[in-house]
This record gives sequence, structure tokens and C-alpha cells, in this order.
Amino acid sequence: MTNVSGAPGTAEKAGTPEPAGERRGSETLHFARRNPKLLIGLGIVLAFLLLGIIGPFFVDHDPNQYVGPRSQPPNGEYWLGTTTFGQDIWAQFVYGVRSTFLIGTFGGGVAFLIGTTVGFVAGYKGGIVDEILNMLTNVVLVLPALVVLIVAIAYLDVRGLFIQGVFIGLTTWPWAARAVRSQALSLATRDYVDLARLSGRRTWKIITTEIAPNMSSYLVMSFILLFGGAVLTAAGLDFIGLGPSNGVSLGLMLESAVAWSALQLGMWWWFIPPGLGITIIVGSLYILNVGLDEVFNPKLREL
Amino acid sequence: MLELSHVHKVYRVGAFGGGRLRAVRDVSLTVKPGEVVSLIGESGSGKSTIGKMVLGLFRPSSGSITFEGTDITTIRGHAARKEYYRRVQGVFQDPFSCFNPIFKADRVFEMVRTSYFPRTPAKEWHGKVLDALATVRLDPGNVLNKYPHQLSGGQLQRLLIARALLLDIKLLVADEIISMLDASTRIDVLNLLSDLKERGLGILFVTHDLSLGNYVSDKSVILRKGAIAEMGPTARVFDNPLHPYSRHLLSCVPQLHRTWAEVDAELAANPPEDVVLPTAPDEESAPLIEAEEGHFVGIDQG
Repeated sequence: MTNVSGAPGTAEKAGTPEPAGERRGSETLHFARRNPKLLIGLGIVLAFLLLGIIGPFFVDHDPNQYVGPRSQPPNGEYWLGTTTFGQDIWAQFVYGVRSTFLIGTFGGGVAFLIGTTVGFVAGYKGGIVDEILNMLTNVVLVLPALVVLIVAIAYLDVRGLFIQGVFIGLTTWPWAARAVRSQALSLATRDYVDLARLSGRRTWKIITTEIAPNMSSYLVMSFILLFGGAVLTAAGLDFIGLGPSNGVSLGLMLESAVAWSALQLGMWWWFIPPGLGITIIVGSLYILNVGLDEVFNPKLREL
Repeated sequence: MLELSHVHKVYRVGAFGGGRLRAVRDVSLTVKPGEVVSLIGESGSGKSTIGKMVLGLFRPSSGSITFEGTDITTIRGHAARKEYYRRVQGVFQDPFSCFNPIFKADRVFEMVRTSYFPRTPAKEWHGKVLDALATVRLDPGNVLNKYPHQLSGGQLQRLLIARALLLDIKLLVADEIISMLDASTRIDVLNLLSDLKERGLGILFVTHDLSLGNYVSDKSVILRKGAIAEMGPTARVFDNPLHPYSRHLLSCVPQLHRTWAEVDAELAANPPEDVVLPTAPDEESAPLIEAEEGHFVGIDQG
């Protein structure tokens, strides 16, 4: 024990108070910069994001337009080759990456918002509120999501990415709500939550500053899974012809590659880029999540 | 100042909420300004539950808890609750779980500042924090800017006491605050409590340790299975225990110069005169009988 009663040295230490917020921020940054998992994961995700944002600006034709010779393997002019119909796969790929991020953000975002709100309120409030929200969650959970999506989306006249994302979000939130609820339920009984109440904190503030930060990596993980789930669900919808009308997505690319027998014809440049794209994006999000866990949780740091 | 009147707390237990667990049974007691009241009892006797009900963290099933004239179960709304916590604060049993592990330990001070003293300049506030730390005899250099897992239980416990001192409180609920401290700091905290008492603070001191209760408190309340077994001025309760349970409890305190066999033999040789214990008319209530002035005995629960 370094601490003995009598408290010598009180005066000297008093001279250097530092603003708590600034210090904490710079410390997180300090550990973030030294975490290879975080850097690699973030780097790859950002690279794809940048590709999705900037790439389409360098494509001067519609990605579905028939622009070149048919069934060309990758070459200098068409970087990823062309389809059976002479569509530029590189153009489809960059547009597809863009819509993958959009659908992941909309779908995952809507599901995340509903799921965490329901989960936190149910877990923190408990009692009758918990019972009602839990029942609602279970009802939505047992709905066959894909069937509901097919029916709902089939009735829509205009199908855009945004609408697709919202519908995916509305059907995939329950498991996130359950996961967040169970965590919040255990965290809400901790003494520091009581202490925050004694410090005159409001409920939403306790949830956002005491409970949520303790499961920040859990929340990021949920978002990543919802993001990936939304991408996969969207791909599934695209596959049965309920994708965005006139759009391009990695899912649609895979679907048409399969539909036009790219596998059998050995046109690897048609199906590998979209498949690898989805895999790398979701995979690097996972690595990013592990890195974030190490940065945010002081107990996992090397002291 | 604080008055509990016929407070009950019943938990529903079991898969369908069919079972009932009576944690607190018909407890009535008062805490006056400048008075230390110790709640003494074994594990599961309901003493911590009473503390948490006073702090408004649990709601009593029935009965009223009145603080300075207002029934705290009727406090509605955030602002009123916040005002209540400006005057009543608590220190909990387990210091390790009182700190959010991902933040620095001194954030508990910052929370008090942002909630109650948003206009106090940082410099002035830092001075106040240093004063409070000096009161609990902590070296600021050792405890500020550290994470909870880098500090010892005793340091964390004293940080919590310092936090409560930052507010101008009238009543402190101290739930087993000594248990985590080592012997040298224990006496410091006990002396701190008596200083606070001098300043007119009412303290509800929850403990399972009879000798601590004896040392600090003006009034002792011995709890058994949620009901009061014996209540009265500490000197009278300890010199002349009337309830069989309190006698048993006191005879269990190890004594330096005598073995338990000798204590038992002495107790058997001259048995104390029996008092008439009250009988409960039903499962719910637990009446008290005033055996001598200010000294009450409760029901016998076997």
C-alpha cells in the first residue's frame, strides 16, 4: 500500500490539475494508435468506404450499360473484366460497394436504433415495462423475417435502397434488443448505477454515460453484426428479384453471375470481386471490433 | 429528521412470483440530527434493505419514510429527487462495484460537480476536492487520475466518503463502510464519523459488527429476520440486553481473557431476568414493548 494516513505531498500535486475530458480522450487515442488490429480493420473498412464514395465519380457510364467486348478477363481497359453482356465489372463493383455501405448503414442503423432503445429501456426499467417490451421483442423475433420482407417489399411500387434498408431494419432488431437487454439488466444493478442516481443523474443520462460505455464494444459488435446481416438480407432479396430497381449491389452482381453460369464458364472475375468484397468488408469490421474492445476496456490493456 | 414508520418490504420470489420473502417487517425508528444510529444484524436481516429504502433506491411495500417532514415515497420528478440527494447521501458496502470500471475513479467527484455545482469554477472545485480528500486522509497524488482497479478497497471506500462530504448533507447512510478497511484506517474513518456527528450530521450506520456499533453510535437497533429485536440507547442495549437474541449475539463476541465455555457457564449460572416479549398478532406486524425509558424490545422469532 502506497497510501498511508497523514497525506504528505498534498500541496505539490495540487498544482497540476488537468481537464479530465481532454486527458481521457488523448489517452484513448494513445492506445488506439498502438493497436494493430484496430488500425488494420479501420484501414480496410475506410479504404472500401472511400472506394464506394469516390470510385463511382471516375466511372463515366452507367454500371449496367453494355460498354465493351463480352466476357473479357481483367485487362488494362476493364480492370476487372466484363460480363457476358459486356458490362464493366469494375464500374459495377464500385457502385456495388457504395450501395453495400448504404444498405448496411440504413438497415443496420435502423435495427440498431430500435434494438438498443428497446433493450436499454427494458433492461434498465425492469418490471412491467420490461415484460411488455420483451413480449413485443419476442413477437417480432418469431416472425419469419424474410417472408415478411418479401411480402412487404413486393407490394411497394418504388424500391430504393433506403426503403429496403428501413424494412430490413424493422425486421432484424429483436435479437439486438435481447442482447442489449440482458447486458443492461446485469449492469443496471451495479452499485455505480445507484451511485449515479444518488448523484442526481437522469435515467437517459445514466443509460448513456454509465451503462452504454461499459458495453461499447458490445454495441459496436451488435452494429457490425446488424450491418453484415442487413448486407446479407439485402443480397437475399436481390437474389429473388426484389432488389432496388435499376440499382447495382454486390448481391445483385453475385446473383447475375450465378444466373449466367459464370461459375461453370470459369469467369472468376465476375463472382470473385463481389464475394470477396462482402467478405473483406465484414471481416475487417470484426477485426476492428476486437481492436476497439482492447482500446476501450482498460483491463485488456497492457499496463 | 428521519423517521421510519411501520416500514415493510416484501419481495416476490419464485418463477411465478408466488413466493414471498419478507425482508423488512414493521420497522419504526428515528434518526435525529447529530445522532448516529447503528443498524446491527446478521446477513439477511434486512439492514441494507432499510438503508437502500432510505436512499430511495427501493420503495417500501408499505409504511412511510419521512425526511424533514416529507414522505420520501411521495417524491416525484427528477428535480425533487435531486434536491433530496443534496441532503441525503449514502456510501455502499462494496467499493469495488461503486466505480464504473471504464472511467477514472475521481469521476465520482466530477459527477457531483456537474449535477450540483455546475457554476463552480474548476479551480475552486479542485480545492474543495482536495479538502474532502484531506478529511478522509487520502493523498491526492495517489488516488486522483487513477482507474478503480489501480486502487485498493480502502482507498476507494474513502473516495466514496469524500464524495458524500462534497455535498452539504444532513443524513449519511453508511452501509458497512468499515468492513473493507484495514485496522489502521478503520479508526480514522470512525473518528471521521464522530467529527461529522459533531457537525450535526445524522448517520444511519449499517453494520454486522457489534463492537463497531458500540463504538460509534448513540442508538442501536438490533435486527433479526427483518424485524426489530431490540432498540434503544447504545449503552443500555449493550449493558442490559433484554431480548434473547441480543443476549446471544453479545455472548458471541469473542473476549480476550475468557473462553466461550466460561462465558456460557457464567450466563447459565446467573441467568438474566426475563422480560415479557411482545407477541405478534399476525404474520405482518412486529410490535415493540418499552421495557425501560427509550429501550424497546421486539417479538421473539425463535
